[in-house]
Amino acid sequence: MKIRDLPPGDVRRRLARGDLVLKVPPFVARLRSDVDRVAEDLKLLYADFELGTTDDFADFHLEVLREGGLRRWVKPMARFFADGEPAFSPLPAEQGFHMVEWGLNWAVSTMAHPYLSYHAAALERDGRALVMPAPPGSGKSTLTAALAHRGWRLMSDEITLYDLATGQVSGMGRPVNLKNVSVELIRQFAPQAELTRPVPDTAKGTLALMKAPEQSVARIMEPASPAWIVMPRYTAGAGPALHDMPKARMLLLLAEQAFNYDLHGRRGFEATADLVDRCECLDFEYSTLDDAVRRIDQLAAEAR
Amino acid sequence: MKPPAPLLPRVLLDPASALGLRPLEWDLLLRQARRGVLLAKLAVLLKPWLAQVPPGPRHHLHAALMTAERQAKLTHWEVSRIQAALQPLDVEPILLKGTAYLMAGLPASEGRVFGDVDILVPKARIADIEAAFLAHGWNFQDDLDTYDERYYREWMHEIPPLTHEDRGSSLDVHHTILPPSARIQVDTAALFEDTRELAGLPGVHVLAPVTMVLHSAAHLFHEGELEKGLRDLFDLDALLRDFGRDPAFWAELAPRARKLGLSRPLSLALRYTTRWLGTPVPSEVLAAVSTGVPAYQPLLDACYDRALMPDHPSCDGPLTGIARLALYVRSHWLRMPTGLLLQHLARKAWMRMRPTPEAAAEA
Repeated sequence: MKIRDLPPGDVRRRLARGDLVLKVPPFVARLRSDVDRVAEDLKLLYADFELGTTDDFADFHLEVLREGGLRRWVKPMARFFADGEPAFSPLPAEQGFHMVEWGLNWAVSTMAHPYLSYHAAALERDGRALVMPAPPGSGKSTLTAALAHRGWRLMSDEITLYDLATGQVSGMGRPVNLKNVSVELIRQFAPQAELTRPVPDTAKGTLALMKAPEQSVARIMEPASPAWIVMPRYTAGAGPALHDMPKARMLLLLAEQAFNYDLHGRRGFEATADLVDRCECLDFEYSTLDDAVRRIDQLAAEAR
Repeated sequence: MKPPAPLLPRVLLDPASALGLRPLEWDLLLRQARRGVLLAKLAVLLKPWLAQVPPGPRHHLHAALMTAERQAKLTHWEVSRIQAALQPLDVEPILLKGTAYLMAGLPASEGRVFGDVDILVPKARIADIEAAFLAHGWNFQDDLDTYDERYYREWMHEIPPLTHEDRGSSLDVHHTILPPSARIQVDTAALFEDTRELAGLPGVHVLAPVTMVLHSAAHLFHEGELEKGLRDLFDLDALLRDFGRDPAFWAELAPRARKLGLSRPLSLALRYTTRWLGTPVPSEVLAAVSTGVPAYQPLLDACYDRALMPDHPSCDGPLTGIARLALYVRSHWLRMPTGLLLQHLARKAWMRMRPTPEAAAEA
């Protein structure tokens, strides 16, 4: 059964009881929340995801709960808890689902180590994966959202999982984080994209989440062979330009964006080096999304 | 009568019993273990059966083993850096707690996860030692205010915690094992007389077995960090089982506790390790430390039986909250004279009521 199959009101009730079991392969998360916005956004963003049962083992127990106190009458606040233990400072309740997403990222990057995990987006085409590690502000998420609506399968926006045993990459098909001007940009670029109601005036500006397209979620379980590692760089007015990047440099950049690379020790280093070695490593400067998508499509076509 | 044991201690005492658990019980077991800082310990004990553990929990156990291995590697490096910083001063540090168990290769270190490196050094040299650490890249936390500073300097048995600016590692520098303001007065000079130099690391010491056990007991029953209480009780269990193979250890234990002023924590340590973990302790040793048990001991049992369990909602009974509070107050009462205690608790309550800087910025 999927989230979309639940009768009206059921998502909210399950969240309130703390027995909403969400399968985000390869993980299972059990969620609790009394924040309306969490139910609203979960229904939209995870509509195509399978539900587990309350008898299942869950990897993570995540909660976003309203804070008490007088402030709730002025500006309701909510707090994130991992299995009853508070983490992060309270934030306005309207950012409730962003807290679920950050919490899930935090849980995956700190507790799930059968994989090497990188702070990177991953998209797939014809069985080959494009991996985009990038520091904030590079336009990675915007480009990911655009490609996801132009024939690329969205694997992940935030966390790319690299299976040490098979050398394949996968993602969890989770939503894409959009900020500020990107929100309107994606609405225009892909009118069919489903976005949450933007949350204005947060510490990071205006925030919205874009649902992964249904056909991407349907194939979450399929890994892909990494073929390209691309560092995107938004530069106003620049034409789309792909340049080779020295592999040694890419290895350092990727290691910097890895969450649990040090934990895997030598094996982590060797696997990351191997990943870089197998891929075409490129630096990508772009300004408009149409040009950028066309250039990345060419890259995929050349490889065919 | 002690309350029934939660799932985690039952499995830790009988690891093979985990193989019959249902998915939801595995779920609970792992959450209790994570909260109790015992996940890696659980993983170590389950190693022989790891292949039979269902994939979900197995990944978490495997991750915990990796984390523990990583910590062991980092700690070796950290200790070598500490030694390098202190060598020019001719100061030989004594490693304490988790760091000591690991570096001495004791069974107690298997799956024992810790956050900080703890060392003991002579109080007379503290100023030089502090300067050496600051010169070698360690620093005090930014948010240390004048009250905290005074709290450490005047009343505590350690200087404010140090963090290494490049490695992010924490270092606690102690000059004795209980606060000088504490009701129990520890014979600190005697601690320094009774150490063992590490075979692989000349100039670095750990406390000798009997003293190490006494320190572990004093830490658990006087410092009141009970959210990690079960882990600390397992430390004591592992130390006693390991050192206890030598009869001379048992003969020395109670007399040494008297000399150091630590008979009471030893008595509690032996009481609760035998009571909860079935630790083998010779009856004459138990008898020797059980003289002078206070009339309120049953009340203390009722508190410790609850508060030593993992700090997870699934382990809480109706009285757990009050038991934890009572022991928290007890640990503070033991730590400082009444006037100072009231002043300190009032200050803590006041600080808790003030919003955190992040919350204030958000508002």
